[in-house]
Amino acid sequence: MARLTINGKTSEVNVDPSTPLLWAIREQVGLTGTKYGCGMALCGACTVHVDGKATRSCVMPVSAAVGKKITTIEGLATNGTLHKVQKAWVDNEVPQCGYCQAGMIMAVAALLKDKPKPTDADIDKSITNICRCGTFQQVREAIHAAAKA
Amino acid sequence: MTTKTPKLNRRSFLVGTAAVGSGLVLGLKIPFGTSVVRAQDGSPEINAWVVIRPDDTVVIRVARSEMGQGTLTGLAQLVTEELECDWSKVTTEYPTPGQSVARKRVWGDFSTGGSRGIRNSHEYVRKGGAAARIMLVQAAANGWGVPASECSAANSVITHKPTGRTTTYGKVAEAAAKLPAPAAAEVSLKDPTEWKIIGKPVKRLDTLGKVTGAQVYGADLKLPGMLNASIKECPVFGGKVKSFEADKVKGMPGVKHVVQVRDTAVAVVAETWWQAKTALDALPIVWDEGPNAQVSSATIAETLKAGLDAEQAFVRNQNGDVKTAIAGAAKKVEAVYAYPFQNHAPMEPMNATAKYTPERCEVWVPTQNGEAAFAATTAASGLPADKCEVYKINLGGGFGRRGAFHDYVTQAVLIAKQIPGTPVKLLWTREEDMVQGRYHPVMQSKLVGALDDKGNLTGLHMRLSGQSILTAVFPQNLQDGRDNLTFQGLDPSGDFAFGYSVPHLLIDHAMRNTHVPPGFWRGVNINQNAIFLECFMEELAQAAGKDPLEFRRALMSKHPKHLAVLNAVADRAGWGKPAPQGVSRGLAQMMAFGSYVAACAEVSVTGGDKIKVRRIVCATDPGYAVNPAQIERQIAGSFVYGLSGLFMEECTVKDGRIEQTNFHTYDSMRIAQMPKVESIIMPSGGFWGGVGEPTICVAAPAVLNAYFAATGKRIRTFPLKNHGITMV
Ligand code: FES
Ligand code: FES
Repeated sequence: MARLTINGKTSEVNVDPSTPLLWAIREQVGLTGTKYGCGMALCGACTVHVDGKATRSCVMPVSAAVGKKITTIEGLATNGTLHKVQKAWVDNEVPQCGYCQAGMIMAVAALLKDKPKPTDADIDKSITNICRCGTFQQVREAIHAAAKA
Repeated sequence: MTTKTPKLNRRSFLVGTAAVGSGLVLGLKIPFGTSVVRAQDGSPEINAWVVIRPDDTVVIRVARSEMGQGTLTGLAQLVTEELECDWSKVTTEYPTPGQSVARKRVWGDFSTGGSRGIRNSHEYVRKGGAAARIMLVQAAANGWGVPASECSAANSVITHKPTGRTTTYGKVAEAAAKLPAPAAAEVSLKDPTEWKIIGKPVKRLDTLGKVTGAQVYGADLKLPGMLNASIKECPVFGGKVKSFEADKVKGMPGVKHVVQVRDTAVAVVAETWWQAKTALDALPIVWDEGPNAQVSSATIAETLKAGLDAEQAFVRNQNGDVKTAIAGAAKKVEAVYAYPFQNHAPMEPMNATAKYTPERCEVWVPTQNGEAAFAATTAASGLPADKCEVYKINLGGGFGRRGAFHDYVTQAVLIAKQIPGTPVKLLWTREEDMVQGRYHPVMQSKLVGALDDKGNLTGLHMRLSGQSILTAVFPQNLQDGRDNLTFQGLDPSGDFAFGYSVPHLLIDHAMRNTHVPPGFWRGVNINQNAIFLECFMEELAQAAGKDPLEFRRALMSKHPKHLAVLNAVADRAGWGKPAPQGVSRGLAQMMAFGSYVAACAEVSVTGGDKIKVRRIVCATDPGYAVNPAQIERQIAGSFVYGLSGLFMEECTVKDGRIEQTNFHTYDSMRIAQMPKVESIIMPSGGFWGGVGEPTICVAAPAVLNAYFAATGKRIRTFPLKNHGITMV
């Protein structure tokens, strides 16, 4: 039994402590916006915020997440208002299939917290998520748009 | 600025409904004795394509699948154009394959591949919209007791012109639904010059749920009482299960069942997927690897190499006498190229959810072809079609993997069949997805060109040697054994027409199949054909001492549409004018899936092996451009897929199995490597070409030609990582 604080709510999850946080979020807490893409910290589809930092949840055991503040894509909007990154994603029509986008958005939201006006070089360095649909051109435009918002 | 999050996106609501109930998603109520067909919420169906709710919401039925390419929005635009409804009130839904069977395929083909979502259904979906409009207008006219000819419709409002009276689609929908459908001859389509929404960059209908996490993918489905499964097929294609020790894992947390699936796979079914996967990893399985266990990439390459000079080959495109032309050439140019196996690797791994009872089998699946998923369901369940149903879920990428192949559906049904009454969600690991692909076929090509003493191309023999997809997948589509698909972009005419006139030409294929299952990989055979042809064109130009653009132009006067896109990229990129310091340019053109495409790439090379692709100018003439904003996104996205393939992706074979298991050995481009993509969308009208795939094939040869211009090095085997070349 582990106690996780996700999007401001506390849940008891009954899993082996070695279970990756990703699967506790998806299967125990029932929040499926966070995606599985590789399970090896390679693609970023599973990115969530752990104490404000972008974290690939597929390789973080639940035991390491206890006591930390976890935010998933479902917790990014506040009181029904989209986060500025989500808003920029809608305005710039970033998603194609959308499967990678929750992780992409979480990675970008963390970047903008660190660097409110990122340069292209900052983006290149910190956004390393895979998108097989190839939305990068729109992702870059939307990041700059969000930085201006 | 802020935007309110709507409580529920309509489409995710529909999928959500599917997720909780196991009945019909759309639940069409097909009545006996009356003529009105109703959607599940009771709203009347005007015809199979259009349901109108009392609040004026227009529900447009789309049979093709949305996997990110925007076809849902594009098809809805086509129906809306003729329906004259208010675009802001449009939503979409998928009919199910079971309904399609019951209604004699009223929605036509469900297959979403070959870039045919729009180009093969534009006519009948527009007619569906037009027919519904005629009925709605007639219903209003009847209500007013006036002739329909005095009424007009726009934006979901019907106006009686002489009196100025108006009503809305929502108000007359009930009456309209009771009217007979207009005769086919009465349903005429607008002239393209009258289009108001086709050709406009309207926003996609399906964005919001993708940024909030609300959109439900197949991998996310939850059904009451559902169990989760993880599976391993024999990693050697053609091998079988010899034995497995279920007892070793039966006591592990959450494990419910350990089952064999056909004689080739083993699955663990558990309460959660992570438990199933953990137990499967621990399960000792012994494989009978069969006759292919000795096959390797090297043995496959040898087989293909032998085909390059084989006597026998299937001829597809021929004129003149190429042998004589080559024998009499002032200069002969020869090169051999090779293209590897590649995996689709959509971000969402393969999955399907199935529930089986002896009375009914239901499947929920992200698929590019609902009907093929349905066929897999009936076959695996052994139940008749009227006892089966398939619910399509939006896809986390498809790229061809989820179209012709429903191996994961078959598996899910066969697992569910062993646990009747319990829904089972089967989700593959990325590792399973990598080793159980339906791979881009391997192909080699030997090209021999003949130049006369003025450097004109007089003869070209292009020999392909390699795998045939159709032989493995749709053998009924072979023509006297020949796989025409192998020649995409090299055909004498049609949707894949060769764009050059060569006095003596021979393009043929020595078919050399392998035990590795081939499939349709975004763009299919244009990927390698464009590299072979368009790189070799520049080799010929170089041997002739000519500018690559001028060399091509001399061969293209009879191919004005091919030439127009090539000229467009050359002009925009500034071909012939000096490039910025350290920048080199390369060109490529092709025709594929009914569209003409060309690219000019600009690259910088450092240290001889670090390529920065700075900019790609791409032009496409798809005939009609339904949604230019989405076409731009498809172009940029296709380049990510194509350039990832060129630089990074190869599936190698060792001991009969694929060696790459995840993105660390099968990489994909990141944002830092993304070039600036400039799109020129130049629809010339009169035909309907595809969008999702055609442009993919010009990125790689344009970049290779630019790399040659920068370094003088010609690379002929792929991916580039095998030459120590990286994308920066
Ligand atoms: S699923 Fe975690 S990084 Fe890919
Ligand atoms: S939008 Fe499909 S993988 Fe990124």
